[in-house]
Amino acid sequence: MTGPRLEMKNITKEYFGNKVLKGINISVQPGEVHAIVGENGAGKSTLMNILFGMPVIHNTGGYKGKITFNGSSAPISSPEEAMEMGIGMVHQEFMLLPGFTIMENIKLNREPTLPNIWSSIFGEKMRTLDIPRMRRDAKAALERLDLNIDEMLQVAGLPVGFMQFVEIARELDKTSLQLLVLDEPTAVLTENDAETLLKSVRRMANEGISVLFITHRLDEVLSVADRITVLRDGEQVATMNPSEATVEKLAELMVGRKIKSILHKDREADSDRNTQPLLSIKNLHVQMPGEEVNGVDLEVMPGEILGLGGLAGHGKIGVANGIMGFYPASGEITVKGKQIPLNSSIASLNSGMAFVSEDRRGVGLLLEESVEMNIIVQAMQSQGKFLKRRIIEMMDAKTARKHTDRMIKDLDIRCTGPEQLTRRLSGGNQQKVCIAKALTLEPNILFVSEPTRGIDVGAKRLILDLLVELNRKSGVTIVMTSSELSELRSICDRIAIIYKGRLEGILSPDESNAKYGLMMAGALAHKRKAAS
Amino acid sequence: MPEECLISQKPTLKERILDFYRDFGVARLIIFAFLIFLLASAFALKLPMEQILSSVLTRFGMNGILVLAMIPSIQSGTGPNFALPLGITCGIVAITLSIELNMAGFSGFFFSVGVAALLGAATGFLYGFLLNRVKGQELTVGTYFGFSIVSLMCIFWFLAPYKSPEMIWPYGGSGLRVTIALQDRIGKVLDNFLAFDFFGVTVPTGLLLFFALFCTGLWLFSRTRTGIALSTVGTNPKFAESSGLNVNRYRIIGSTISQALGAVGIVVYAQSFGFIQLYMAPLFMAFFAVASILIGGASLKKSTVTHAVIGTFLFQSILVVSMPVANIVVADNIADVIRIIISNGIILYALTRKETGGDLS
Repeated sequence: MTGPRLEMKNITKEYFGNKVLKGINISVQPGEVHAIVGENGAGKSTLMNILFGMPVIHNTGGYKGKITFNGSSAPISSPEEAMEMGIGMVHQEFMLLPGFTIMENIKLNREPTLPNIWSSIFGEKMRTLDIPRMRRDAKAALERLDLNIDEMLQVAGLPVGFMQFVEIARELDKTSLQLLVLDEPTAVLTENDAETLLKSVRRMANEGISVLFITHRLDEVLSVADRITVLRDGEQVATMNPSEATVEKLAELMVGRKIKSILHKDREADSDRNTQPLLSIKNLHVQMPGEEVNGVDLEVMPGEILGLGGLAGHGKIGVANGIMGFYPASGEITVKGKQIPLNSSIASLNSGMAFVSEDRRGVGLLLEESVEMNIIVQAMQSQGKFLKRRIIEMMDAKTARKHTDRMIKDLDIRCTGPEQLTRRLSGGNQQKVCIAKALTLEPNILFVSEPTRGIDVGAKRLILDLLVELNRKSGVTIVMTSSELSELRSICDRIAIIYKGRLEGILSPDESNAKYGLMMAGALAHKRKAAS
Repeated sequence: MPEECLISQKPTLKERILDFYRDFGVARLIIFAFLIFLLASAFALKLPMEQILSSVLTRFGMNGILVLAMIPSIQSGTGPNFALPLGITCGIVAITLSIELNMAGFSGFFFSVGVAALLGAATGFLYGFLLNRVKGQELTVGTYFGFSIVSLMCIFWFLAPYKSPEMIWPYGGSGLRVTIALQDRIGKVLDNFLAFDFFGVTVPTGLLLFFALFCTGLWLFSRTRTGIALSTVGTNPKFAESSGLNVNRYRIIGSTISQALGAVGIVVYAQSFGFIQLYMAPLFMAFFAVASILIGGASLKKSTVTHAVIGTFLFQSILVVSMPVANIVVADNIADVIRIIISNGIILYALTRKETGGDLS
C-alpha cells in the first residue's frame, strides 16, 4: 500500500450550534503512531467518536468532512462497520466482563467453533466453542504485548494495568486490525506498566498497524509518536514531528490563548494586608469516585478568588465536595483558626461556607419546586431563617417573598416570577438560582464548582462577572473550581493546580501557558518521582 | 450542549392551555369524562339522584383521611404508602379496644382515634427503619409488607383475649368475628353530627368537618419547617443532605405520620360504614387510597392536599354512581369490577410514568 491508511479531511462537528470541531485534518500512514494531545474538551473524544461511527454523533446531526480509509471513501456509520473495516478502539473506561476469564473476554463474540450434533439441527448458534484454539489465540495476543499471564484467570480482581492490556489484546486478536485507537491508555497505569505499554505500541507499529494515541502525558508523546497533532477548543493548532517538539512547546500549544486578565490587577496592592488565612486545608483526602483527593494542603486568604484547576479526574472537584461533607473525607479544615468537623454538611454550612455544586440539576436544585423555595430552603433548614414562631415553626411567607424578589432583581434571574419551577429556567438562570441559594446563607467562603458548565456562551460571562462582583462588593471569599483554565485565569487571584489528587503548584493567572500546561500534565510530580 | 432556553416572558394563552392540559393529565381527563357520562346515564335512567349524591358525600368524607395518609409518605420520597394495612390494622385494634372497654358514642370515637393515632405512629416509626433499608424499592416492599401484616394480624384476631360478646365468635367463646357491627358503639357518630337535609340530599356535616380539619392540619404542616424539610428530602435527597438535613430521619417522620393518618382514617371509615371487618379485609384497602390520590393528580414524587381531595371525590363518585347504573345496564356486581379496573389501572398508569405526574416535558 502506498497511500495513507487513514485520512480525515476537514472534519467539522456541531452540537446544537456549538462548534466542537473546526476543520480537523489528520492523516495516518501504515505503521505510524500518531499522537493527539489536547486539554479536556478540546475535541479529541468527539473526533474519535466520529472515526468509530458512534451513535452519539449521528443522533446529533452527524458531521461534515471526509474520511478515507485505505484510499477509499469511508463514511463510517456504526461501530460495527468501523470494526469490520479494521479499526479497533480501546476506550478510557474498560469494557470487559469481570466474571469472565481473560480468554473469554478476548474472544468474546468471535469465538472459533466446532460443529456438533445439535448444531447440525439447530444451526450455527449451537456449535461448540473451540476452547484450545481460543486459548492459543488469546495467549498469542497477550504475548504480542509482552504480557506473561495465565489467560484462564478471571478479569475481576486483575490490577487495572492488566485490564488495560486485556483490552488491547482483544483488539490485537482481531486479524483484520489495521488501525488501533488508544484513548488515554496510560492514565490508569503505573510508570512501569506505562513503559511496557509504550513499547508494545511501538512493536505494533512495526508490524504495520497504525496507532492513534490520545494522551495528556506529554513526555510519553515525544517518546512514542511519529507525528503529533495538538487540538485546542476544537481547532487543530499544530501537527508536527516529535523532533520539532519539546514538552514546553506542546504544553503551550495545548493551553494556548493569550488571556487578558483585567480583573486582578487592581488588587495586588492589598494582597499583603491580611496574612492570616481564612481557610486552611491540611492533608485533605476525599473519596469521591473519579475525582479522588489524596492529601491536599492549601490556604485560602480572606477576600481572594482562588482557582482550582487541573485535568478531569485528578481531584480538583473532590476538594470542595469533601470540605462540604458530600463525600467521605479526612484531614484537617480550619476556618478562622477554628477546626471544622468533616463529613458533616451542617457543620460546614454553620462555619460560614456555602457551595454551588457542579451537579446543578442533581444536587443544586429542587427542579420540581419554585424559584423561591429553591432559594430559601437551605437557609431555612440550616440557619432557621424565614421562619416565624406560632406554637410550631412556620414558614414566614412575607420575608421569604421579599428576599426572593430581591435576589431575582439583584442577580437578574430571568423568570416569570418567584413561583416558577426551576426546571423551566435556562441553564444560566438555574445557575443564578444556585448562587442566590448560596448567598442566602450569607457565607464568608463560597465554593463554586464548574459554574459555567452547560451554559451558553453569553451567560457564561454574566456568571463570571457576578462572581467577581460578589467578591469585590460583598467581600465574599471565593474558591472556584473549573475545567476551563481560561475562565479561571480571567477572574482568579491565584490558581492552584491539582494533579493526581495532590496540589501540584500555585500559579498567578498571568503565568505563561507553558507553565500551566506543564503543571497540569504533572511535570513536577514526575520530576520529583524521578529524583527520589 | 443541549440547553433549554425557555421562558423569560409571560406564557401565552395557548401555552397556558397546553400547560393546564399537561398538568391535568390525560388520565384525569378520561376519568372526569367517564364520571360525567355516568352521571348523565344515571339521570337518564331516572335513578334517585338525591340518594346518589348523599352517598357521594358520605363516601368522600369517609375515605378522605385514608387518602390523606398518602401525602406524607409521597412527600418524604417513599412513594405512595402501599403498606397502609399496617396503619389500618392499628385503627381496627383501637376500635376493638374501645368496644372491649364498653365505650360508645363520641367518647368511644375519640378514644379510638387517639389510640389509633398512637399505635399507627409507633408502628409507622418502626416501619420507617425498614423503608430506609430498602431505598428505591419502597413500593414493592411496602405492598408485600402490607400483605404480610394482614396475614400476621389474622393470628392476632384469633388469639387476642377479647371478652366482649359483641365481638367474639358465639360458639367456642374465643377469637374475634370477621365482621363486627358498630351501630350501638361508634357507628355514624360523625355522620349524624349536625347532619341536615338539603333538597333531599343528606349532608354528613360532622364527617366533612372532621375531614376538613385534617386537610387544614396537613396543609399547615406542609408550611412548617419540618413539613418543608420533609418535601425537600422527598424531592431531592442530595439537595436535602447539602442543606444539612438528615434524610433518613425525615423519611421516618413521613412514615410515622402516614401510618398514624391511616389508623385514624380507618376509624372514621368504620364509624360511617357501621362495621369493622377483620382478617383479610384490609388487604387491598391501600390500593384504593393510592389510586385515589393518583387520580387526583399526584405523582409518585409529589402530592398535595388538593390532589387528595380531588382524587377522593372523583374516585368515590365513580364508584357510587357506577354501581346502580351498571346494575341496570349490564349485570349485578359489575360495579366492583369497574372499581378494581379503575384503581389498578390508574396505579399502573402512574407507575409507568417515571418522573412526575405527567408534565415533565
